[in-house]
Amino acid sequence: MKKGTALLASLALAALVAGNALAAEPIKIGVPGAHSGDLASYGLPSLNAAKIVAAEYNAKGGIMGRQIEIVAMDDQCKPELASNVATKLLSDKVVAVMGHICSGATKASLPIYNEAKIVSVSPSATTPGLTKSGENPYFFRTIANDDDQATLTANFALNSLKVKRVAYIHDNGEYGKGFVENNRLQLEKAGVKTVFSEAINPDAVDFSAVVRKLRREKPDAVFFGGYQPTASKLVQQMKRDRVKDIAVIGPDGLKDEAFIKMAGADAEGVYTSYPSDTSNLPAYTKAVEAHVKTFGTQPGSFFPNAFAATQALLNAIDKAQSTDSAKIAAALRKEVVETPVGSISFGAKGDAAGVGLSIYQIRNGKYVETDYKMTLK
Amino acid sequence: MDFQYFLELFFGGLTRGSIYALIALGYTLVYGIIELINFAHGEVYMIGAFTALIVAGLLGFTGFPAAGILVVAALAAVIWCAAYGYTLEKVAYKPLRGAPRLSPLISAIGMSIFLQNYVLLSQTSDFVPFPRLLPEFDFLEYIGYIMGPSDFLILVTSTCTMVALTCFIRYTKMGKAMRATAQNRKMAMLLGIDADRIISLTFIVGSALAAIGGVLIASHMGQVNFNIGFLAGMKAFTAAVLGGIGSLPGAMLGGMVLGLCESFTTGYISGNYEDVLAFGILIVILIFRPDGILGKAKVQKV
Repeated sequence: MKKGTALLASLALAALVAGNALAAEPIKIGVPGAHSGDLASYGLPSLNAAKIVAAEYNAKGGIMGRQIEIVAMDDQCKPELASNVATKLLSDKVVAVMGHICSGATKASLPIYNEAKIVSVSPSATTPGLTKSGENPYFFRTIANDDDQATLTANFALNSLKVKRVAYIHDNGEYGKGFVENNRLQLEKAGVKTVFSEAINPDAVDFSAVVRKLRREKPDAVFFGGYQPTASKLVQQMKRDRVKDIAVIGPDGLKDEAFIKMAGADAEGVYTSYPSDTSNLPAYTKAVEAHVKTFGTQPGSFFPNAFAATQALLNAIDKAQSTDSAKIAAALRKEVVETPVGSISFGAKGDAAGVGLSIYQIRNGKYVETDYKMTLK
Repeated sequence: MDFQYFLELFFGGLTRGSIYALIALGYTLVYGIIELINFAHGEVYMIGAFTALIVAGLLGFTGFPAAGILVVAALAAVIWCAAYGYTLEKVAYKPLRGAPRLSPLISAIGMSIFLQNYVLLSQTSDFVPFPRLLPEFDFLEYIGYIMGPSDFLILVTSTCTMVALTCFIRYTKMGKAMRATAQNRKMAMLLGIDADRIISLTFIVGSALAAIGGVLIASHMGQVNFNIGFLAGMKAFTAAVLGGIGSLPGAMLGGMVLGLCESFTTGYISGNYEDVLAFGILIVILIFRPDGILGKAKVQKV
């Protein structure tokens, strides 16, 4: 008897599930990013954010009666993989994309999304040209771009650190070089002397020569453009070669717990730019609580931005009541969304207004937000 | 001041060059005996660094002094890599000994990719911090501006290793057998030298040298990753060709020349041109001396 009931119940359940599936295809959202490789710590938190927001919508019955399905794909932040991933997402019939994570990968994938007229919202790609070129009408982002970052760090160096002579080191990548060049242009205009500006090969056996040059030239600050594995090698070498009293300033790629773990005490004092701490916002607290509840850990890098990106995207689909890209893009430009990074909306070119940006410093092994900040318009 | 800067760059270049030299010796030893470019050699260097990391991690719990851990970890890496070198030869190169010269070359590239991915899958794709085990020598404080303790240790260790290797090749029976095999394998076999054993020995010695290089650089840079062997291997290969592949003093000289060139380029011109100039010099030297700096000057190959 008991067995029979269970069987019936499960049959009924199966019918229900099957019925739902027949009734409405899920709305697929592609989430590409670095899910493995050196830079997985940048990409995985975003995937978690997308899963949480999607689950929240699904619990309320989805959008237009359709469930949200997250299609995760790993591009390892490599441009050559990213274009493959983009093509694969399209053949999976995703409605829109929340990603990619790294600027290079995003740049490589955008021509493919443009061609197919697919909306993508990146939580972390900061290369200015992605929006400023005007070539990507379906691209949005929930993070300040490098121009804004560089404006903040250059002003900080000028007004707060009062630098006179500055050195620039970058990894010759799109992201790192862009950040450094942008700072250099702004600082040179303000009369700050450039001591030198050059590239290092992240895979080199050591950085002794460039560090010795730094020690000889004694600039007030050095701007580093690149990602945290290279930065940690650089600051370690600086410490070992007894380079003192030179402030190190980096982009948001250096704001990653892995940097502190890798460089240890040598990372002490490093300045980075990063989205302002919004942990006092109710939306933020709620998002983090959801992460702790679902995954049992504190969220990692770019989580709030990815959360905001997914929220904005799903909200736009909901408001547009359509999976048509043009309508989604129009809704993204119109709606203001309460997100963990603040009340944001998107400008004509796809940059988010309302996002705040702050200078952080590593003190006693922790990132501490300083008073130096700005809000994007 | 400027002379001091010159010295700083000079010793920085020597440090880097001695690492290149240690790895280059492995390329050149193998090439001298079986005329094969062992492209998997850079990966052996990387595996050395990983082995030392694992052993040091385990020993870290025992409360050993740091310097002791470094020595034990380095020994473990040397033994482990020697075993890798031996196996590598038996698996990937020995079956192809009679084959056309391109076949073992492809096999070598295959092994390189295999080993990289094997470490990627079995360990991690992340950068892993390497414990700081190098002792801070107090007596070095006054030259601290010219070279740090780890530069000093790298220079001393690699110099000792190279001297030991030279003595081994020149004065021991096995070294003599290696030289004989390099000069004429058939003749050496006729005279009762077990060529297979000598080839295995060459791989073991070469891999052990790479392991020492790997441990030194890992503790110098403070991090390891499955990919570190690629560029280091490429540069060391360049150094071996620069010095004259097949020649032991050539590999050492080539490593030093490359290291110094890179250091001075970055120091006096710009880091942007570090690799450009290094490889530019390689091309120029090869145009005027196609066999490398010491390639033909000495008949002795190993």
